[in-house]
Amino acid sequence: MEAIILQVLNGLDKGSAYALIALGLTLIFGTLGVVNFAHGALFMIGAFCAVTLSRILTLSHTIVDETQKDFLGNPLKVEVPYVYDWFGQATGDVIIDWAVPLSILFAIPVMVAIGVLMERGLIKHFYKRPHADQILVTFGLAIVLQEIIKYYYGANPIPTPAPSAFVGSFDFGTMLGFEANQIIYPYWRIIYFAFAAIIIGAVFAFLQFTTFGMVVRAGMADRETVQLLGINIDKRFTLMFGIAAAVAGLAGVMYTPINSPNYHMGMDFLVLSFVVVVVGGMGSLPGAVLAGFVLGILESFASMREVLAILPGLNQIIIYLVAIIILLTRPRGLMGRKGVMED
Amino acid sequence: MLGLEAKDFRLLILVAILTMAAPFLLNPFPEGSGLAQFNAGYPDLMQRFVIFGIFAIGFNILFGLTGYLSFGHAAFLGVGSYAAIWMMKLLTMNVIPAIIVSVIVAGIFSLAVGWISLRRSGIYFSILTLAFAQMSYSLAYSVLTPITGGETGLQPKVNDPRILDGALTEGGTPKANLFGLEMGSSIEWGVGNWLFTFNAGYYVAAIVMLAAFYLSIRIFRSPFGMMLRAVKSNQQRLNYTGLNAKPYTLAAFVISGMYAGLAGGLMVAMDTQVGAERMFWTASGEVVLMSILGGVGTLIGPVLGAGAIKYMENILSKINSDILHTWFAFLPDGLEDFVVTLIYPFIGKGWHLTLGLIFMAVVIFLPGGLVEGGQRIARLFGRKKKSTDTPDGKTTPAE
Repeated sequence: MEAIILQVLNGLDKGSAYALIALGLTLIFGTLGVVNFAHGALFMIGAFCAVTLSRILTLSHTIVDETQKDFLGNPLKVEVPYVYDWFGQATGDVIIDWAVPLSILFAIPVMVAIGVLMERGLIKHFYKRPHADQILVTFGLAIVLQEIIKYYYGANPIPTPAPSAFVGSFDFGTMLGFEANQIIYPYWRIIYFAFAAIIIGAVFAFLQFTTFGMVVRAGMADRETVQLLGINIDKRFTLMFGIAAAVAGLAGVMYTPINSPNYHMGMDFLVLSFVVVVVGGMGSLPGAVLAGFVLGILESFASMREVLAILPGLNQIIIYLVAIIILLTRPRGLMGRKGVMED
Repeated sequence: MLGLEAKDFRLLILVAILTMAAPFLLNPFPEGSGLAQFNAGYPDLMQRFVIFGIFAIGFNILFGLTGYLSFGHAAFLGVGSYAAIWMMKLLTMNVIPAIIVSVIVAGIFSLAVGWISLRRSGIYFSILTLAFAQMSYSLAYSVLTPITGGETGLQPKVNDPRILDGALTEGGTPKANLFGLEMGSSIEWGVGNWLFTFNAGYYVAAIVMLAAFYLSIRIFRSPFGMMLRAVKSNQQRLNYTGLNAKPYTLAAFVISGMYAGLAGGLMVAMDTQVGAERMFWTASGEVVLMSILGGVGTLIGPVLGAGAIKYMENILSKINSDILHTWFAFLPDGLEDFVVTLIYPFIGKGWHLTLGLIFMAVVIFLPGGLVEGGQRIARLFGRKKKSTDTPDGKTTPAE
């Protein structure tokens, strides 16, 4: 029982990342009908937003500290971040420590801007072209974005720690009444899961309970009729692209403490998220979220030692295996809508 | 001639002449001159040109004709490579059995994958092939280590059985050969400042490539090829006429899988080692890039694309900032630095950026790839040159 709970928990954080990226992919596909291979790159850019903000926050200038002496007896030169000057040392330390959560605020406008720019600048011209062309041009864009990041940030992973308050693990088992030290779980992963749940909830609420969301849903169902009613659906869809980009970006921002960001993390996630989207059913938002979590949890179950003893290597292929089985038995995916991308 | 129309035959002859004369054509700059680094006439790179040319030709038979976009073709290349290396370990270092077996094994594997994947089309087909390829890659890395060598890969060892070969002489290393002609052996010919290298392996690969190219022309022009185009343009209509498209698409899939296996076998014949990383999905993506860049659905396009990408990968990536500085030394100092910083991100380690930009530009402006670009330029200069093949522009996947 402990082992099962532990594996479910382990699956949740990866599943959250899959679900968030797949949600964005599905939003774009459902609204604009575009298969966006650059979505992994957006995830990666989000992660580098966190890196950028933590670099901005630690921007320093050098002052001569008369109170300290170096080993030659000269006054010591000290690097002082600008935030110390503005907020004082104590607050400054807290701000630097909380760089990753603060990046959320920084990433949202950046990602929305990138998303809107991408849609207006490039994707717009590909609505009438076949899906294969859309895949290819966004694939090319993903390469370009990845290389730009590599040029400015280098090829090595950049460690971006979580705030010190969330470093470490806690004993989850004792909360549920199990023995101590049975189910140990890092704080940050719980936060990641909660964060993902909030974002997913927010996106669904936005679509369900706002007028804007209602119009977007109407546009997803029947674009032409909405246009005939005199609504500028293109503008709203463009904004939805921005929101989808922001969702991917936020998934990336919060993922940085779990895995140090590097320039190819987007591609690594992209392939899996596409599998997730297809398993969930193209164009189905709940399907994408469900499939994300299900596959994340299945993956962590498959990497249990007991399972690997029977079926070695299962953890490496489980997602693809599930995808193949689902696609062959339920062509539309778990919750695919009728008439979307069918033969 | 050879069952080809006159213009196809001319194209084949042209390609044959170009590949045979490649050691001259790719070495236009004398040794030691500033431009010598643009020479691509060294065996390793020339072999890669033709091998990836074969890979892309095969991919084009599937994607160019039927419109099914496979994102997992590298798996067949990898499987072919493993089959070839095992032949070299068990049977003989002669490349003939290795290449034949690699084609057969890749064909069987692609039959299995195609049988399942072709039950779906469009993006689902792409994801299925991708899933199969990633599975093969992961398995080759982990569970199948006894067969694939896992992370270290496989090389022929001195004490492998090799039942057809005699025992190696003392201290000898196993070398791939064709009835005694070693693949790595080259003849060098110096003319003035030029040095031309004629490599045995390259010529073997080039002849195989020509045969593969000939076969692809025949497939393109055959009734079978017409059928595949019909699948691409409208599969539904094909079904209404009472035809089942599946056997045709499956045949195309298996053929292109066998081409990939052939490329894999040749790779092993040239450089006797295999690692699982050549099955990774980026390798599948690379062949997609090659086909699109050159011109999908055209005969010569994929070969051009393969050549262009491999040239960029090997030549462009070698230029560093010092070389740039020597090139722009004639400019005033400040301007020189400015120009170098401007160009620097696009060359050397950043060559992928150039590739990505070129690729995007091709997809956006030139759906027919370099071939269409060439035709447009030819038309611009008013020559009434008829196109060598029939690009149909759009790359519609069968949906």
